[in-house]
Amino acid sequence: MNLGDRLEKLDRRWIFLLVGILVLLPLLFPLKLPIAVSGPASRFYEAVNAIPDGSIVVVSGDFDPASGPELMPMLTSAVRHLYTKNCKVIALELWPGGPPLVDGVLHSLGDAMGKKYGVDYVNLGYKSGNEVVMLAFGSSFSRTFPNDYSGTAVNKLPLMQSVDNFDGVKLLINISAGYPGTKEWVQQAQGRYHIRMVSGSTAVQAPELYPYLQSGQIIGLLGGMAGAAEYEKTTGVTGPATKGMDAQSSAHVFIMILILIGNVIYFSRRAAKS
Amino acid sequence: MDLFKRHLPVFLTAAIGILTILSFFIPHPLVANPAQLLLDWAIVTVASGYVLGAANVLKVNGEDALRQRVDWPYKIVLLLAMIAMMIVGFFLSGGTHFLDAGTKFTWAYDNLYVPMQSTMFALLAFFIASAAFRAFRIRTVDAGLLAIAALIVMIGRVPVGQWITRELPIGLQLPTWASWLLEWPQNAAKRGIAIGAGLGVMATGLRIILGIERNYMREEKS
Repeated sequence: MNLGDRLEKLDRRWIFLLVGILVLLPLLFPLKLPIAVSGPASRFYEAVNAIPDGSIVVVSGDFDPASGPELMPMLTSAVRHLYTKNCKVIALELWPGGPPLVDGVLHSLGDAMGKKYGVDYVNLGYKSGNEVVMLAFGSSFSRTFPNDYSGTAVNKLPLMQSVDNFDGVKLLINISAGYPGTKEWVQQAQGRYHIRMVSGSTAVQAPELYPYLQSGQIIGLLGGMAGAAEYEKTTGVTGPATKGMDAQSSAHVFIMILILIGNVIYFSRRAAKS
Repeated sequence: MDLFKRHLPVFLTAAIGILTILSFFIPHPLVANPAQLLLDWAIVTVASGYVLGAANVLKVNGEDALRQRVDWPYKIVLLLAMIAMMIVGFFLSGGTHFLDAGTKFTWAYDNLYVPMQSTMFALLAFFIASAAFRAFRIRTVDAGLLAIAALIVMIGRVPVGQWITRELPIGLQLPTWASWLLEWPQNAAKRGIAIGAGLGVMATGLRIILGIERNYMREEKS
């Protein structure tokens, strides 16, 4: 049996083991490769930075724990960026599995940065209905979410007394892992209420959003962990995304090598047959 | 009977569809208020669907488990997990404050649900690597172009792409190539697909509103 045959019949558990090692090693011993900031990520940062200090911003965290490692770093950076600018954050979630993740970020950063719940930030929690919730939310926040995440009536929260629709909101930030997510927010809310909007999405979903980016319907885009790392670089606060980029680099290089080896074997066999 | 089985549903569908479309263009309370009321009803209807969904999960998996059909042990695990989370949420986590920090429900979410979901998603990395080795074969010119684009984007979107081409002029560096591929050829294809799908959705919506498409009533096209 030659090398090609042996590689072709390689037990895939060896590949799994190598992937594991190649992901683990850079996490333990970071290479600290330089991160280049892409145009869409730079525009995301500029969009958040451009809103006046103290503005009200809606953050929709539409994801669940499966995509947490990709999306939590960008949510954390965005909320920290907003708190730094003393912006008021109104959060909601359209995925049933995600609210505790968003709530955790709002509270942990809020506590660390001296923000008060109900005054500086509010978490409205989850509501089922996908696009219908987006439409209803656009016309009345309090009617769509009469109570917040922990069951408090929203009309008792000072922040919610000052705003009830997108008229008083300067920016919509959507952190999305799929449906419902950025595409639906563009179609149902941005298109109708003409709200300025930026998006952070999983890497696999990001290419789908480029048409909306090019048309200006979303003005900034973070794609996957790479986008989150770029945002961390622009905000100057290194976080889990930056640390994960070395691992992602080594995994990508390994997959590229596997594709090349697989095709070298394929072409050499084809040549031998012909 | 035809009135209730056919004409009334078609009329209601048309009326609600037209009102919802009008509300996009006419903000007057005469249109906006009824449209808002319909949205409220839709949210309640969707929420009640979750109750039906839970009952359906219980019924379908319960039957399979009782009759020991394929994978019945897994269905028992599913049902036990579902019932356990319901008991923890309803009775052991402070009633309506079950989502507060420190409750048993939150503990189960943080220590069971989050790690299990993350693990399932993380497995993708291993399977993608294995599939890249075994299945990604450049058999045609199209597949070759796809492979080249994939390699450029895969390497250009991570720091190693920037690092290995750092000595080249910026226009020749891998991140620039990856951005160009994403912003132009990829975008053109995506836009074409999106416009096609959008036209399809509009046509289907119109057919439903006009009563031509009646699949939702389990009826053939008129």
